[in-house]
Order: sequence, then structure tokens, then C-alpha cells
Amino acid sequence: MSNLATTDVVIIGAGPVGLFAVFELGLLGLKTHLIDVLDKPGGQCAELYPEKPIYDIPAWPVISGQQLTDRLMEQIAPFNPSFHLGEMVESIEGNAQQGFTVGTTEGTQIKAAAVVIAAGGGCFQPKRPPIIGIEEYEQRSVHYAVRQRELMRDQHLVIVGGGDSALDWCLNLQPIAKRVTLVHRRDDFRSAPDSVNKMRALVAAGEMDLVIGQVKGLVGDQGQLTQVEIKAKDNSTLVLCNVLLPFFGLTMKLGPLSQWGLELEANRIKVDTEKFATSRPGVFAIGDINTYPGKLKLILSGFHEAALMSHAAMGIVDPGKKVVFQYTTSSSSLQKKLGVK
Amino acid sequence: MKLNVTNRSGTMQPLEFCSGDTLMQLLREANIDIAAECDGNCVCATCHVYIDPSWLQSLGDVGEEEESMLDEACKPEDNSRLSCQLVLSSAQDGMAVVIAPDWQ
Repeated sequence: MSNLATTDVVIIGAGPVGLFAVFELGLLGLKTHLIDVLDKPGGQCAELYPEKPIYDIPAWPVISGQQLTDRLMEQIAPFNPSFHLGEMVESIEGNAQQGFTVGTTEGTQIKAAAVVIAAGGGCFQPKRPPIIGIEEYEQRSVHYAVRQRELMRDQHLVIVGGGDSALDWCLNLQPIAKRVTLVHRRDDFRSAPDSVNKMRALVAAGEMDLVIGQVKGLVGDQGQLTQVEIKAKDNSTLVLCNVLLPFFGLTMKLGPLSQWGLELEANRIKVDTEKFATSRPGVFAIGDINTYPGKLKLILSGFHEAALMSHAAMGIVDPGKKVVFQYTTSSSSLQKKLGVK
Repeated sequence: MKLNVTNRSGTMQPLEFCSGDTLMQLLREANIDIAAECDGNCVCATCHVYIDPSWLQSLGDVGEEEESMLDEACKPEDNSRLSCQLVLSSAQDGMAVVIAPDWQ
């Protein structure tokens, strides 16, 4: 994916509402790029509750978060949107007259006539363990994702957590690490049973360690860890540690959004209910991230907002063009865009 | 019926409740700062609270789903619960609740 792109509309957030915005904008002939901090589309539906049944999607008596995401991806496929995943939007420069440039943490810059914020509850970020002084180790010794496996070779690794990420990385890194210590608050794991069995076999064979407790203290110098303090019920132990890998899942933070010059109310973006326009002309907000009188945080409300927003966005992208309201059941031009005619 | 809720700044306030109320919703409606990111789906652990140990038993056992999610709670303790999973009844009249710290 090129680092520089030009499109009609940039959509920030690839959750269900951001995905459906691709569809509604697409019907009007507008091209879209989506940016999401997660490495997959679906937002909360994919990250928090892929397997949880949702019961209030019209015409779907029951559908899981992942199924909903998959169906939306199928529905928007004809419009061939570009995805920039694993990237966080840092800045929105420009204005409705001259166009916008949206910049991400990975250096991607996208020029567009309009911007749609469909950021849900905000920006997913790793949960940082509440250990005093952890910040100073985050450059060299504490990592919330393994980007280069080779850097873990011959290290004393302490991996924290009881889910799939923690167990998977234990098994993956154990062969190359000097020593792996898994730390978890209880002797029960929600991870896949097969991984748990493999981990327990390694522990039984003396190939890695399992400590039940919580990491409460860090020992090191100039950002380089040497040991961590693990507190159990009645005692506390020091374990050799050069690299600490905490896997407590993700949490949502507002992130850079508060610096984009938008009027906020209780950490939500204020919009009108005709166009879902923010206080910044040319920038729209739909789904859970917005607020207006009577707002309900429902996926179906976000879908409705996407439709109305799209007609308003058309007026920004192509001010001279008359927008004709059409139905997909009868319009041959819409059917052509959908690839069914 | 009432609960005594201590927020993150350490202030205690009484909170009226009715039988059948969910603690997380009650805290939200009282504008007590609690993220509850997943809105009660038991998938985020950001509605984490500490229950006065002498009241723990009145709430019954922690379900498997809740116990798993407590793995991702900030500073879990033996008296940790997820408030979205707690439906209140007269058995909790007078119970003390402390809002757990939030993830940074």
C-alpha cells in the first residue's frame, strides 16, 4: 500500500458503521479509504465480541460480531475500498474548500474531499499494567506486541496473561528464549485448551516456568529491565527478566481525536441529525463516537446515520452535482455499481 | 435500598437502588466515572469494582465468563467483581462498593 493516496472520502474506523458507510457512499459513486488501529476490520464486533450473538440487527434474529463483519465485508466488496489497518490517525489537516489530508502514525497520508469519523468508543490501545515506573521501560524492555521475534532470542522473557495471546507467545518464543516465565493471576486459563496443555507439558518438563501471581514491581536501569517482582497471595518473588510482555487485551481511549478541532460533549463528537456534520465543515461523525439529543448507541442507528451522512458528504465532494435519491431495487445505475447488472 | 459507593477520588456517596438493577447501569446513571466499554457484554473488564468482603457471599459465585474477564481487569483482588454482571436485590441493601482503578 502506497503511503500517499487520494480518494473522495476517508473513513476513520472500520467497525460495522464505518464499513456500511463505504456502501452508502459507494452507491453515490464515492470512493473510500478506511483507516483502523486494529489489524482487522470489524471494530468492537471483531475485537471484543466476535463470538457473542447480537439480536438487534434488522432481519438477523441472531448474528455474531464476526459474522456481521463478514457479511458487511461481502456487501461492500463491489466498491473495493482501500484498507489501512494497524494504523492510528494522528491528524486531519485542511478544510472543506481545499480538501483534507489525513495522516497516520505509520506515515500514510490520504488526501480526500471529506472525512467521516466512525471511531466507535475511540481508539483501541493495549492495556498497560498499573506498575509504577513502567513507562521508562516501554522503549526497550516492555512490549505489548512482538514485532520482531528474533529480538526475543536468548532473553529472559516474562509473559503475563491467561488468554490466547499470552499462551501463543509462550509456545512460540520458548524455543528461542533463554527462559520463559508465564505469570497469571490464577491457575486457570481461558486460552485454547490445546495451548494450555502444551504450556503445562513444558512446565512439567522444566522447559519454562509458570508463576501464579501478579507483576507488582520492576527492577532495572536506564530503561533496561533485569528483574520483575511477582506477588502471590502470601509471598513475593524476583524473577530474571530482560523483556516483559503483558497481554491484558485492549482498551478504548479517545486518542488524538480531541486535537482535531471538533466540538465534543462528554468525549463524544457533537453532530446534527440531518447531516451528521461535526463543528468542522467537511468532517462528519457517525456511530457510537457521536452524540446528539436522543442518541442511542446501536449499530442500526449507525447504519441510518451513514446513509444520511453520505448524501450530505456528496454535497461536499461534488458541490455542483444534484443527488438523485434512488432505490437498489429499481435503479439500474445502482445495480451496475453493485455489480448485479 | 442503598449502596455506599466510593469513587476513584475516594469520595463516598450513597446510591439508591431497586431490586433488579444492574450495578453497572446504576453507576452510569449516577454519573460515576466507569468506562464499561462493552456496555455490559462481559467482554472488556472496564466496569471493575471491589465489593466489601463481608457482602461477597450475598452476590453468589463468580461466573466462568466473569472470572475469565477479570484476568483483564486492572488490579484484580479477591473481592473483585464486574459490575455489569451484578444484579442487585434486597440482599445488597447497605453494601459497600469501591470503583477499581482504570487502565491508563
